[in-house]
Amino acid sequence: MLVLFIALPLAMALLILLLARSRPALSDWLANLTLLTLAVLSFYSIGSSELYHMGGWVTPLGIDLRLDPLASLLLIVVNVVSLAAGLYSVEYMRSYTAKDHYYGLFLLLVTGMNGVILAGDLFNLYVFLEVAAIASYALVAFGCAHEELEASFKYAVLGTVSSTIILIGVALVYAVTGTLNMAHIAARISEIGMTSPLLLAFGLFICGFSLKAALVPFHAWLPDAHPSAPAPVSAMLSGVLIKAIGIYVLARLVFNVFGIGHGELTVLRWLGIISMVVGALLAAGQSDIKRLFAYSSISQVGFIALGLGLGTPLGMIGALYHLVNHAVFKSLLFLNAGVVENATGTRNLDELGGLNKTLPVTGVTSMVGSLSIAGIPPFNGFWSKLLIILACVEAGFLWAAVVAVAVSVVTLVYQLKVQRHAFFSDPKDLLTSWTKEPPLMSLAMAVLALGCIALSLLVITGLKTPYLISAAQETLMRFGFGL
Amino acid sequence: MIYSLCLLLILVGLYGVIVSRHTLKIVIGLVIMEHGVHLLLILIGYRAGGQPPIVDPGTLPALFAGQSVDPLPQALVLTSIVIGLGVLALLVALCVRLYERYGTFDVTEIKRLRG
Repeated sequence: MLVLFIALPLAMALLILLLARSRPALSDWLANLTLLTLAVLSFYSIGSSELYHMGGWVTPLGIDLRLDPLASLLLIVVNVVSLAAGLYSVEYMRSYTAKDHYYGLFLLLVTGMNGVILAGDLFNLYVFLEVAAIASYALVAFGCAHEELEASFKYAVLGTVSSTIILIGVALVYAVTGTLNMAHIAARISEIGMTSPLLLAFGLFICGFSLKAALVPFHAWLPDAHPSAPAPVSAMLSGVLIKAIGIYVLARLVFNVFGIGHGELTVLRWLGIISMVVGALLAAGQSDIKRLFAYSSISQVGFIALGLGLGTPLGMIGALYHLVNHAVFKSLLFLNAGVVENATGTRNLDELGGLNKTLPVTGVTSMVGSLSIAGIPPFNGFWSKLLIILACVEAGFLWAAVVAVAVSVVTLVYQLKVQRHAFFSDPKDLLTSWTKEPPLMSLAMAVLALGCIALSLLVITGLKTPYLISAAQETLMRFGFGL
Repeated sequence: MIYSLCLLLILVGLYGVIVSRHTLKIVIGLVIMEHGVHLLLILIGYRAGGQPPIVDPGTLPALFAGQSVDPLPQALVLTSIVIGLGVLALLVALCVRLYERYGTFDVTEIKRLRG
């Protein structure tokens, strides 16, 4: 079953390119059925741990896929958000040509992310990371307009540099430990300790994956790349890609493979705090709605990195919880922005106004998304931010807690700015074609908005039960991990 | 010593990426960087005077492992070259499209995105 997460989207990506040429309806059906299957399958992975040997070759020789609670948490997030983005694409991508190419790339992106999450060794992690990254470069450039090409070039160059840095790290780790299997590396490192080449490799990994996760000061590509892509792709990039190939891998390497002590975690903590502050302040100054959301992603990923960098169980729970929450509400907000852009032809907040009356579903769902991301109870964002702030206090970083509260306030300010300018102010005469949202777009947004509310229930049920977040946290905290 | 030459090659590539203004030269810088890493990987598996990693029938595995070069990094480099080719094709295609839109290869003139 494990291999299906990689094989199914990969096979369907090629099949769509073969079969659905100039038959956009068929590619819609094939792609969304695939994504639906993956989303359903991902829920079946809850609570099970599994090691799959590719081709029947056993561990030291073959390639392993491994499923543990952390991986299944990420699988659920990635595949559910992909499904929502896929449903949304059916109507949104009508204005573009070559829908089959779009779905092909989209499914390759999903393949890459699932592969990164399940990979049991460093080199396959690198390969899947490149699959996801190349698909995302192409998807950012999909419209082939001036801005999209420029953003994609910038993103591709920085992305390739970061991949190269990661590959140097992989080479160094292999040179020192003589293996690429992550569990073996962890065992070996706990034997020999952090020697200086390993420390260099660790530094390279931090740089490389921070570039992928767009932590400040490695963030320069994100505010260009994420807004320029088509809306469902923005939702995928901001919602899940930076987490699956950035934050997730960082967490995996730092805690499971290197088993880092508290001294080295300072780096992660500072990256988190700087991203949080810089991202929020830059977001507040934007008037392009998608660019604002992109900067806000940097800020929210900073929260996650801060929670992980604390290295305490509570911080870890907060970080993972915020990771799930952010995936849901940020992809929701990008889908909303896509509706606004399509309906009015502009993304500039100063030109928008009064969309609540003409686009009711978008109005309501974006309200839910904005309140969630700003951390207003009872929505999910409140609980995860609260946990991170409490964890800061508990770990003795009172100033970090104060900074986090201040950043939350700034978040509220810029989200209210979006709400007020786009949805609540007096209607302006700009609605061109739409009188309301098409049904599938509304469905996708409604599902994610319901997710925002439903996820706040996790604070009651999910944190204590051995299913998701606490299980994932335990996976991270356990020193090293078994074979 | 020889490892530092790989590092030098990587840094030369990085310098090219950072300093050049021509989009294609940036791409060339990336390729140089990548090949620096490939050389590093190959060097890690290299053994002076080692035999090629192909087992003759009848050779003891333990003896063979003591004499041959490490085949794993070679496999990694092969994979990585293929990935690099994919990235290279995409980047060059982007450069061509950028030239069609902006009429220039100069990155300082390709600057619509701001803020």
